[in-house]
Amino acid sequence: MLNTSPILEFKSSTFFSPILILYTNDLVAIEHTLHEKINLAPDFFKDSPLIIDLRELNKLNLDLDFAQITQLLKRIGFFPVGIRGGNEQQNKQARALSLPIDTVRELGNPIIIGEAQKQESIQQPPAQPEVAIVKESVQPAAIPPVPAASVLVTQPIRSGQRIYSSGDLIILSQVSAGAEIMAEGNIHVYNTLRGRALAGVHGNTAARIFCFDLQAELISIAGDYKTSEDLNKQTYNNPVQVYLQNHALIIKEIA
Amino acid sequence: MARIIVVTSGKGGVGKTTTSAAIAMGLAKKGHKTAVIDFDVGLRNLDLILGCERRVVYDFINVINGEASLNQALIRDKNCNLLYILPASQTRDKDALTHEGVGKVLDELSKDFQYIVCDSPAGIEKGANLALYFADDAFVVTNPEISSVRDSDRMLGILSSKSRRAERNEEPIKEYLLLTRYDADRVRLGEMLSLEDVQEILSLELLGIIPESKSVLSASNAGIPVILDEKSEAGQAYADVVARYLGETLPHRFIDGKQGFLRRLFGGRK
Repeated sequence: MLNTSPILEFKSSTFFSPILILYTNDLVAIEHTLHEKINLAPDFFKDSPLIIDLRELNKLNLDLDFAQITQLLKRIGFFPVGIRGGNEQQNKQARALSLPIDTVRELGNPIIIGEAQKQESIQQPPAQPEVAIVKESVQPAAIPPVPAASVLVTQPIRSGQRIYSSGDLIILSQVSAGAEIMAEGNIHVYNTLRGRALAGVHGNTAARIFCFDLQAELISIAGDYKTSEDLNKQTYNNPVQVYLQNHALIIKEIA
Repeated sequence: MARIIVVTSGKGGVGKTTTSAAIAMGLAKKGHKTAVIDFDVGLRNLDLILGCERRVVYDFINVINGEASLNQALIRDKNCNLLYILPASQTRDKDALTHEGVGKVLDELSKDFQYIVCDSPAGIEKGANLALYFADDAFVVTNPEISSVRDSDRMLGILSSKSRRAERNEEPIKEYLLLTRYDADRVRLGEMLSLEDVQEILSLELLGIIPESKSVLSASNAGIPVILDEKSEAGQAYADVVARYLGETLPHRFIDGKQGFLRRLFGGRK
């Protein structure tokens, strides 16, 4: 018998969720701190899915009653959707509560500025030692965006250097061939771009690349890319913006 | 305190050793006590270019390892008694170079010398990194040719992040461009990158343009730094470079190449 309409479909997609890293098993302190954090940006956390990261707790060998923490989180208004870094017992408890384990795979590259392998963690330093909430990139359409810090660079980016921003990246000098600039948000190069520029690296398809002179080796937005070969040389020396439309990179002159 | 100059490039064969020898001799001739050090362990050639290869007893590695004193290893140049050469080892490998060792030698030299020129090996590995680590000034030697420009660009990135000044957040190394093997005729024909093309990518302070010159080979064969050949254009260009480095303002003489008599007469420049 011919199947004219499909019953269901699996699609690969990127999904954004805050990760809650716990440093203590003191439920009272956790609840208190969570309330404080939520009050800073209530809309951000409204109906928010949450992945619970237990690595720090397990490093300190602190026991956590899993059922209790999930109840607490639900009470506050979160939707726990998974755990990671749990030990065997915690994983068992999670399964019992229908929570997937180790669902989150690390995305993105470590931030490398220049040559020094200074690994700036993508996580924010916790304000208090008990609870840390990691802000992942958020799709602007669904939730009001919480802007991550922009990175501003005034010196030329030399060949071989890499710059990463978890927000927007603004560069005032030229970017040499052989250099790589990456941002989770938009990229602005107010000069000649000769290297590789990757915007929206965590999947933000609304990210754009703006530059005064597009001579890039490679441009990419959320994974869709074009190499220098595909770039029309007529765009050289003209201010342009690059954005994504249906998985195609559109290059348009900025009037 | 001595001023430490690194002559570096990234790319090999662009004229670092020729430049190191010429600059060091130029500074010494102007009355400054100068030491020039070969950092190319295992592939030493500074001693050949300066004509002292038959007087090498001890080398840089010997001094670092404490097997000889600095005074025993330094070779005084026969053409100028203010110039001293510290040759590299030919038999050891570059792992014998250490940060502390190099630092100590430079500190000791700084007591007596006014300029220390570090002749870097090609590449971006240990030898090159150590040559630039302690530098105050960098002469980035570049040929007007795309791979040399790309490698110099890479080296600039390394200079701004791997030097001691960068690590300590001090004032950064002062970077200068030295455009070598420049052929004005080929530039005019569009066959060779022009100064503007190179500067579009590197954007450095131009210290000098050294024209392509047969005298460079003759000088290295004779073991005399080309700056002492006053008839050669390359030699004159290096002399200009030293003067400019020391603060004089001089026009760049060799950027337009040879001007025929008739051309000069009728004023045509291009």
